[in-house]
Amino acid sequence: MTRYDLLWIVVKVGAAILLFGMNIAGLLGWVERKQSAVLQDRIGANRADIFGITLLGLFHPIADALKMLTKEDFEAKSVIKPLHAIAPMIAMGAGLFCLAALPYGGTVQFMGHAWSLQPIECPVGVPLVLAALALGVHGIVMAGYASGSNYGLLGALRGAAQMIASEVCLASSLAGVLFLYGTLDFQQAVLWQGAHVWGIVVQPLAFILFLTAGAALTKRTPFDLPEGESEIVGYHVEYSGMKFGMFLITDFMESIVICGVITALFLGGWLIPGLDLAALGQSATPYVPLVAAALMLASFTFKVLALLFLLMQIRWTLPRFRFDQLLDLGWKNLLPLSLLNFLATVWGIYLWR
Amino acid sequence: MALISVKVVERPRRTFAMQIYLVEVWKGLAITFRHLFVNLYRHLLRRPNASVTIQYPEDPAVLGRRARTRHRLLKRDDGAPRCTACLLCETICPAKCIRITAENAPDVRVEKRAKTFSIDLGMCVYCGYCVEACPVDAIHMDADDVATSRYSRKDMIWNMAELMGDKPKLPSSSTAD
Repeated sequence: MTRYDLLWIVVKVGAAILLFGMNIAGLLGWVERKQSAVLQDRIGANRADIFGITLLGLFHPIADALKMLTKEDFEAKSVIKPLHAIAPMIAMGAGLFCLAALPYGGTVQFMGHAWSLQPIECPVGVPLVLAALALGVHGIVMAGYASGSNYGLLGALRGAAQMIASEVCLASSLAGVLFLYGTLDFQQAVLWQGAHVWGIVVQPLAFILFLTAGAALTKRTPFDLPEGESEIVGYHVEYSGMKFGMFLITDFMESIVICGVITALFLGGWLIPGLDLAALGQSATPYVPLVAAALMLASFTFKVLALLFLLMQIRWTLPRFRFDQLLDLGWKNLLPLSLLNFLATVWGIYLWR
Repeated sequence: MALISVKVVERPRRTFAMQIYLVEVWKGLAITFRHLFVNLYRHLLRRPNASVTIQYPEDPAVLGRRARTRHRLLKRDDGAPRCTACLLCETICPAKCIRITAENAPDVRVEKRAKTFSIDLGMCVYCGYCVEACPVDAIHMDADDVATSRYSRKDMIWNMAELMGDKPKLPSSSTAD
């Protein structure tokens, strides 16, 4: 690995976090408001303007960010300061790290050099992302513990219990797909889907299970028990200013990661049906690989945005689960179903071969 | 002798389709998706029925006909204030936001009239007791004015001329008496 390869990886990671993750997270703040407003026959936030231009309220995320950055960062007397400060960073860092392992595109030939569009090319990418997502719960528990407040601690406990309940199913529902693909690498999984068929066709149950468990993992509304932002305040009760904002962004970030993983493993990643992008990326014709790279990125981003739209719609449709219902769902329904799905997949492959 | 009849209401049963929840989720999603796309279509065509939102400062606030809004002091036909300074409203006011000083009226039929009459809208609870108590129908709460906020507590006090509409209440006029 040369120095330039390392530089390219740094550029890719930076682009994945700053261009892909942060921009979509900011956009989600707008989508959240507008989509909920329109489906509830309202208008939604439309007042923030720059020189009188409101642009459908698109400036509200910017106003939000400015507000978060300039607000007082209040710390109660009872907080444990270093833990209190590091907790949102851990929660958000875990989400950001996952973004860097997603396959945004395949490999393209340009100027006599093969450029991979996946920031971190890791042969065990899938468990890496799952492990990093599970790390996020440390931030939540730490936040609740360091708050020195019973509300925060109870929220953190709810968060930890929910996280384990969803995380187990998250991993086990992927077992069948990964067994089918025969790889733990995101890029290989996408290429398998290109060579055969998209994962959602062969593993529809795993898709639904993963989507449900993923929604539970992101701590958003049908499963927002750790936060319960409308009445029971959760683990971030003692947080204000940008530290609170980081928890807010973490939720969006985890949604993006979940949608990215679903895209890569079930919806064919950067593939476009009827177009052999992998071959176009290796084409000797000048600039064709560049077009292929742009199409790969666009395809992946489009699929992620479509899934986010669906998750947002689910978030504004369903009422919140009760806590025992959530744990029942995780342990008694999702987990056995995902294990059954795995067994069925294994038997199916055995009989097929 | 009355016959007691009992109507047994069946608890709604959950079917298997409800228990697995996915069908119900899909039904709910169908409703919200329908609202979303129908409303988006209406927004695109700039139809007024795309949303029920009243954009208040631009569009006027729609108040019910019986809504209690800001107080208004009424006048007699000859233009004199109806108020006879009986202090009933000041007495019944639970928020103690009405201040009246009385003086002798030149009109012998009413004996007294208000020299000053002020209402502190910052303290008013909009209960409407003053309207109920008034024996001469001098005070109403139907000015249809809800934009009464000001930048200081002092500016929330409305004097007699302002309550009667003789003088406009300026955003920061400090002529409380």
